[in-house]
Amino acid sequence: MEESKVILSVNDLVVKFKLRGKILTAIREASLDLYEGESLAIVGESGSGKSVFTKTFMGLLDGNGWVDSGSIMFEGQDLAKYKTEDDWIKIRGKKIAMVFQDPMTSLNPLKTIGKQVQEAVELHQGLRKDEAKKAVLEILSDVGISDPERRYKQYPHEFSGGMRQRVVIAIAVACKPRILICDEPTTALDVTIQAQILNLLKSLKEKYNLTTIYITHDLGVVANVADRIAVMYAGDIIEIGKCEEVFYNPQHPYTWALLSSLPQLGVKGKPLNSIKGTPPNLFYEIKGDAFAPRNPKALKIDFVKKPPYFSVSPTHKAKTWLLDPRAPKVEPPESIAILRKQWGLNDNA
Amino acid sequence: MHEKEILLEVKNLSVEFNKGTKSRFRAVDNVSFFIYKGETFGLVGESGSGKTTIGRAIIRLNEATEGEILFKGKKINGKIDKELDKEITRKIQMIFQDPMASLNERAKVDYIVSEGLYNIKNYKTEEERRAKVEKALLDVGLLPEFLSRFPHEFSGGQRQRIGIARALVMEPELIIADEPISALDVSIRAQVLNLMSELQKEKGLTYLFIAHDLSVVRFITDRLAVIHKGKIVELAETEKLFTHPLHPYTRALLSAIPLPDPRREKNKVLEVYDPGCHDYSIDKPKWVEIEPEHFVLGNEKELQEYRKILEQ
Repeated sequence: MEESKVILSVNDLVVKFKLRGKILTAIREASLDLYEGESLAIVGESGSGKSVFTKTFMGLLDGNGWVDSGSIMFEGQDLAKYKTEDDWIKIRGKKIAMVFQDPMTSLNPLKTIGKQVQEAVELHQGLRKDEAKKAVLEILSDVGISDPERRYKQYPHEFSGGMRQRVVIAIAVACKPRILICDEPTTALDVTIQAQILNLLKSLKEKYNLTTIYITHDLGVVANVADRIAVMYAGDIIEIGKCEEVFYNPQHPYTWALLSSLPQLGVKGKPLNSIKGTPPNLFYEIKGDAFAPRNPKALKIDFVKKPPYFSVSPTHKAKTWLLDPRAPKVEPPESIAILRKQWGLNDNA
Repeated sequence: MHEKEILLEVKNLSVEFNKGTKSRFRAVDNVSFFIYKGETFGLVGESGSGKTTIGRAIIRLNEATEGEILFKGKKINGKIDKELDKEITRKIQMIFQDPMASLNERAKVDYIVSEGLYNIKNYKTEEERRAKVEKALLDVGLLPEFLSRFPHEFSGGQRQRIGIARALVMEPELIIADEPISALDVSIRAQVLNLMSELQKEKGLTYLFIAHDLSVVRFITDRLAVIHKGKIVELAETEKLFTHPLHPYTRALLSAIPLPDPRREKNKVLEVYDPGCHDYSIDKPKWVEIEPEHFVLGNEKELQEYRKILEQ
């Protein structure tokens, strides 16, 4: 792979929320370099902070949340310092756009589809009336909506779930953003529709030169779309690498646990692997490796000191003490070996 | 194989909505299948395919327009006497999809779990009711002291356990689980599935498992029916269906499952189902047992092709 440019760089980001008088730390010193033209998937359980993390790139945090420290560098500016809506309006939608999970609720039911896409076109591309409408029809056919002239005049309730998600995507790409964030874009859809939407997103990425971030908990979707994977747990990215590296050579015990709970590993009549315990309470300060209390093979140091990144390859790193040269050799659970066998990999690769 | 006892049989079931009006709609169209005692029978299809409607017709929430539903050989749709109605209410229970929406926010867990008991007065004394409810909670891995709490105090996985306890307290024989894990997180899904299969072993339960997530269905069901636009197009033992799908819709559905393997997933060829590929104008489709325990919908010409595939 050729050397590519960093388009967005997040450094030691800390995001906090005030809830019922208490302070919750949702993102704990997470760092990430996003490369131009890549497709990155962020995976993790609900509450791991994957949505909050990407919302900070667009200034979409809820009113009780704020960036406490760290920086988000984009086009020479630190987005973490943006405060007012006037600042954000230059970024949001125009440079960084988002596709939300539920197409049933993210469209305005009282406006026609055409008007909703046109709003975005007029606002961000400065086109007027006929010109704008022409652009809208073009985008609608780009996202695979047939007969756009007729569809332009229809309301959201006349569209199926998959079609609505196409409209939501049309609105997001209408402003020709540089980065497109897709937050669980297919979770609410059927499998066959899901496959179509993923193909659409991939083709739009090429056509509009997008850099895409997928937020999802479905590892099947990740395998389909991602060049790189970032695994998030308790507000930090604990492992990041190329798609093949994270799937075929996982290093962090949490990544092991996540892969082990795949239903594909199930044997009929035997229980599925599940991750014991619950994610840590983010109202309290977390000491050491956040996953340690749920990790049956945790080392002593895991409870004392937060592990730094250890490199596995130039493109693959993980925050686990297991990679420290002094650490004892801990084998991944048996289920990882079974997975590798299913994938047709030999054990010393 | 055939000495297995049939618990539920659905014969030529059709369900129509808005009958007699212009917007008349046939949600379930001439569907037949049966469920053996003690097995997990899966029903998969996309939203709007009618899978939930079938489930609701079985527990008498939707009226069957045509056809029969037999439970232990007795007809349970249409007009039935009070005694049988009470028996069915107890023996067939349902678990719903969204644990956030299916529990009464204003009622305590005690009331939520007991509601079915109150309705059919299936207890003699207050102590007996209490004991039944506590046992149901313990069965699903919750503590009896949770009885005085409200649903909002629980996580999604725990709420789904309450939903299961509410079904269990009736001591049912058949549980209709309508997408019981779709709304849950990946790691919690495994816990709930494990709980369901433990309970099945312990109590000899029979499940009708309605779902759209095929990777989970493969793991949990014994036999599987694929439904498309109100018609069951194929039915077989789950492994057989996954390894030898015949109907083009089944093949398309299976090919759409995302595989958690980057190399295979990125080179995958999607099969697309075009309902126009069937020519049913003269040669009408039939529901045929094409090999033992493997049913498929097709006309003569298609069935011949399917038989050829099976011979290979």
